Amino acid sequence: MSKVASLLSRLGDVAGLIATPLVPSEYVALVWPLAASRARKARVEAVHDEAPGVRTLTLRPGRGWRAHRAGQHVQVGLAIDGRVTTRTYSISSAPERSDGCITITVKAQPGGRLSRVLVEQITVGTFLTVGLPSGDFVLTQTSRPLFITAGSGITPIASMIRSAAARGQVPEITHVHYARTPADEIFGEELRTLQVDHPAYKFIVVHTAHGRRRFDELVPDWRVRETWACGPQGLLEDVERVFAAAGRSDALHVERFRPKLAPLPANTEGGRVRFATSGVEVRADGRTALLQVSEAAGLALRHGCRMGICHSCDTILTSGCVRDLRTGASIDEPGTRIQICVCAAAGDVELQENT
Amino acid sequence: MIQSIDIEAFGRELDTIQKDVKASLGDRDRQYIKRAITVQRSLAMGGRALIFASLPLMPAFPLFLGVIGAGTAALGVSKILENMEIGHNVIHGQWDWMQDPEIHSSTWEWDNVCPADQWKHSHNVVHHTWTNVLGRDRDVGYEILRVSEKQAWKPVHLAQPVYNAMLAMMFQWGVAMHDVDPREPHLMAGKLAGIGKKAGKQLMKDYVLWPLLAGPMFLPVVLANLVANGMRNLWTYAIIFCGHFPDGARVFTEDEVANETRGGWYLRQILGSCNITGGPLFHVMSGNLSHQIEHHLFPDMPSNRYPAVAPRVEAVCAKYGVPYNKGSFARQLGTTLRTIFRLALPSRRRAVAA
Ligand code: FES
Repeated sequence: MSKVASLLSRLGDVAGLIATPLVPSEYVALVWPLAASRARKARVEAVHDEAPGVRTLTLRPGRGWRAHRAGQHVQVGLAIDGRVTTRTYSISSAPERSDGCITITVKAQPGGRLSRVLVEQITVGTFLTVGLPSGDFVLTQTSRPLFITAGSGITPIASMIRSAAARGQVPEITHVHYARTPADEIFGEELRTLQVDHPAYKFIVVHTAHGRRRFDELVPDWRVRETWACGPQGLLEDVERVFAAAGRSDALHVERFRPKLAPLPANTEGGRVRFATSGVEVRADGRTALLQVSEAAGLALRHGCRMGICHSCDTILTSGCVRDLRTGASIDEPGTRIQICVCAAAGDVELQENT
Repeated sequence: MIQSIDIEAFGRELDTIQKDVKASLGDRDRQYIKRAITVQRSLAMGGRALIFASLPLMPAFPLFLGVIGAGTAALGVSKILENMEIGHNVIHGQWDWMQDPEIHSSTWEWDNVCPADQWKHSHNVVHHTWTNVLGRDRDVGYEILRVSEKQAWKPVHLAQPVYNAMLAMMFQWGVAMHDVDPREPHLMAGKLAGIGKKAGKQLMKDYVLWPLLAGPMFLPVVLANLVANGMRNLWTYAIIFCGHFPDGARVFTEDEVANETRGGWYLRQILGSCNITGGPLFHVMSGNLSHQIEHHLFPDMPSNRYPAVAPRVEAVCAKYGVPYNKGSFARQLGTTLRTIFRLALPSRRRAVAA
């Protein structure tokens, strides 16, 4: 940065103190939510139903957004019953889109907290919180990519294909997509049209309700193609196994579009507790507070009152389920800050502790 | 303490109240805090706008005074809301259940020279755990005032009516210095640096940047901001001093709280805290610290729930014969000030035995 520019930015910082301890944009956000710069917002501009239980949302991200790379995902949050629930969705639009909007395509998961609201209830004009695009499930410079997708796992791949088409540089793609029935197809019509306009793109749809076909028959040359796969856990495990057996694991990129959810254990008598930052893993019972568990394991985690009133011991629950010993309530939402002085393990737990 | 009550049964009844509220938190609570924040920020903007709008009216002096007075009052009220109903309560983690990164104790900073992280230690940890325990709770007289007969009299206390008045006017600085503990000399430099940094920004905002925008009319803006901050200081002082110092509030020795159970901790919170009666607006302006008892029982319960919880707590207290100290603002503040004046002098009676 030149001297002038750095001086200007210093002056800008000082001028920003006019709103301290906030930043000026937080006042602008009172009337224009997209101006928020501390927590990024996006406005729902349109909704479009793709298939039963699947909806595409067009979002206009506000200040501080940066363009995504095709295949990346973004965190999306919305308050439901007062609690902000955050999930990660692949961006399904191409970065080349010129109106500054992105799309995410959401499938309502049974029991899904956020997905069901996004698919069934969200209205145009709602503001969501959004993170920044991230992830390295992106296309490399390869001339013959193979895409394997199932269900809503097609979303990051759709972004890649749309992007290639928008740039007019479509490589020799083979794309195998699994959908239960024709009615369950997402983006089917659009991709078929695209196939006509760009003959290098080959779109193969398998309707699993009507039986499967051998993969070798579908894509005889899969062993020489670099491959991107996205879909439900079962599909990805199959693909990984097949590629490993063929010694082709290196050529496989996988995106798990749904995080592994911790199944709520029926018997909640403790479990394995992993403290991710320090890498310590111990067994804990269901009655001992995790703070005590950590101390017995030799960790010295930050805390204050040890009785659930001061929040000094708040620790991020990255996975698993804990029980609040005061109320008996279980907490299993990944990313929640839990008070480890009053929570015990209910099954296996991973925490990201502050030290 | 109070003998002969089943203290654990008493504690369980209070636990039930907390559990009920936790289970029922939802969108209405979220709307409450969001609206409080919007109102407060709008008041701050509106107040500052009025202060600026008054400047060209200077020649019509009474009109100028009216407009700048209204602006200053709006700014002062917004600072009170920001520190009390919003800041104090968010920093307590009352709204952490929303998992909203914008309204969370881990990141919240307030419009006060005291850095939030130091406040979390001096207030949330020390004061709320060791409420009214002599030698542990630094809120008992803030280490400089003698507010209980159990504190030994020293000649310096003769001057306490004077420095009490100074503390009231500069209360935010008292709050800022609260976590700087001479008994922890190794931490002092770091804490003072934190206060310096925070205070620098605060002073820059109210006494340099905003006044600069007024150009030659610098001075009226400085004065208006000074008055707004002063309003906030006096009001927060008054509310907070009514929390634990009015007649009837108990202090405890370390021996009394050794081996305290959860029920015993609850009991101490009640015996050591005082409520102020008043209308809904008064409660909001006090950050609901007018429900000091409920706040001390459930420090991380959203403050908008205290009014509904208070009668339940009072009923449990009545059932177990536990005194529940509530009184008008005049009564609570009056007896507090009387104590500060009285205890400036050595006590004639011997300290009341525990
Ligand atoms: S240590 Fe105070 S809440 Fe856990």
